Amino acid sequence: MSTTSTPSLPAAAVPGRSIAAWWQAAPFTLVFALFFIIPLALIVMVSFWDFNEYELLPGFTFKNYVSIFAGCGDASEGLCVTLKTYYSTLKFSVLVWLITLVIGFTVAYFLAFHVRSSGMQTLLFVLCTIPFWTSNVIRMISWVPLLGRNGLVNQTLMGMNLVETPIEWLLFSDFSVVLAFVHLYTMFMIVPIFNSMMRIDRSLIEAASDSGASGWQTLWNVIVPLSRTGIIIGSIFVLTIVMGDFVTIGVMGGQQIASVGKIIQVQTSYLQFPLAAANAVILLAVVLMIIWGLTRLVDIRKEL
Amino acid sequence: MRLRETRPASFWPLAIFFALFVLFMYGPMFVIFILSFQGPEGGLTFPMRGVSLHWFAKLAEGLGVVDIGAALWRSLGLGVAVMLCTVVLSVLAGLAFRKRLAGGNTLFFIVVASLIMPSIIVSLGIGLEFRLFDNGIKAVVEWLGMESALEGYGTSLGLFTSALGAHLTWTLPFGLLIMFAVFNRFNPAYEEAARDLGATPWQGFAHVVLPLIAPSVVGIGMFGFTLSWDEIARTSQAIGDVNTLPLELQGLTSTVTTPSIYALGTVTTVVSFAVMGITLALVWALGRRRKGRSG
Repeated sequence: MSTTSTPSLPAAAVPGRSIAAWWQAAPFTLVFALFFIIPLALIVMVSFWDFNEYELLPGFTFKNYVSIFAGCGDASEGLCVTLKTYYSTLKFSVLVWLITLVIGFTVAYFLAFHVRSSGMQTLLFVLCTIPFWTSNVIRMISWVPLLGRNGLVNQTLMGMNLVETPIEWLLFSDFSVVLAFVHLYTMFMIVPIFNSMMRIDRSLIEAASDSGASGWQTLWNVIVPLSRTGIIIGSIFVLTIVMGDFVTIGVMGGQQIASVGKIIQVQTSYLQFPLAAANAVILLAVVLMIIWGLTRLVDIRKEL
Repeated sequence: MRLRETRPASFWPLAIFFALFVLFMYGPMFVIFILSFQGPEGGLTFPMRGVSLHWFAKLAEGLGVVDIGAALWRSLGLGVAVMLCTVVLSVLAGLAFRKRLAGGNTLFFIVVASLIMPSIIVSLGIGLEFRLFDNGIKAVVEWLGMESALEGYGTSLGLFTSALGAHLTWTLPFGLLIMFAVFNRFNPAYEEAARDLGATPWQGFAHVVLPLIAPSVVGIGMFGFTLSWDEIARTSQAIGDVNTLPLELQGLTSTVTTPSIYALGTVTTVVSFAVMGITLALVWALGRRRKGRSG
């Protein structure tokens, strides 16, 4: 994944063969039509349907949306369930985003600018990406022996007489959820940021230091703006993953913490598809707004 | 920067940060690998009580009501199917994008949208699609008055229908982006030479283009398999009555309280790494053969 390109690749390579090109792209396109576009359209459609315990009832009703936001207009009651859930999901997203951004940027910066031989650079980069290839659930449960009530952390702290009773909030808490997210998805920050940094012309940095810029000034005024594309791409990945997640929050939160994805999953398990669909439409709208906001900052397609 | 002999003052703090990061990434995983070799008396945490393969044997017997072996084979089968589809469809689409492709920008936009779409939404949509499809079939069959034909029909949701489609929406974007990277650096002169020498388009592809891109194609296959092998969120609503291994594993996290679950973790990780190892060996061998040929 060292370089990517705009879709309009060397168009002149084989001119005038657009019909053949379409046949080649057809199976690929068909998969996305069948398993992406139509499903999304169906979600929107079904979100306006009615349902009973046994079946979906085609129709047009705002009932699902109304019931999702039931009680939300009443300020005296505090936040309604839906808004609370979105608040908690957004809180996780922003926290995880900030932490992965700082770690990802620092790691990518070290690899891109401080590791000198390109062989070593590749080796260390691959080292960072290997954990990505193991199952997410395995990586989540690998925290249990460390954070559990009798886990390594508590054993160590008690052995050093720093605490008298085991710390309970290490596992199945907000803390363990954020920790697992950072463990799982920092790679999505490192790869695009590293990719952007590797394309920065090294003479620009020398020029900055020749002009008398301090290390921090170079970092802030040269490297950060030039790594912007990578930062935005990484941010989009991390934010959309955390917004839709239900597996990590489920396993690491001990099935006690609510998230939008979890609500959708629970509703489908009770066959309340129209409600789940309405929730999915709202989630989609929120995610699209976040992405729209981020892409205001940079034209990704221009810089790919 | 590279010319300077002494390391900048920021090198060591950053190097230590990097080392800590690597420890953070690998430490917990090593812990469960070690703990999966606990003796029969051992529990979920340290200290180790003896060393044995006891928990792997327990795993082979099955965990509770879950048939791990069957789930493993299902995941392997699905992974292979996803791998083959990803390779063929990505290479074809990659070739198409090299030419003037009407609507290519729209297709690219859809592919990127699929990559960053929260998986639960895609999964829910595919699940809905197949349920509505089932309802449609049942309605048609009833209308035709052939109720007896319905007796054997459960649902069209399944491993090689809805789940395969769900996985492809996740693996194909990676495949296409790799193809873009490949053809970005591809020199069309070889193809032109083949054409000038009278090769048909198929000959040109099979004897010139494919050998040149072979290592990346193998890489796409690896992406396809390993992404499918570990996938949960997109499968969750888009699979019928049976479960894949990661889904079973997710369910087991709340019920199994023995090191057997770590043993299962070790087994699935070994499969992932075996696939990566085989892929790298293949890429290496292909590269060597190419070098050998060109002299």
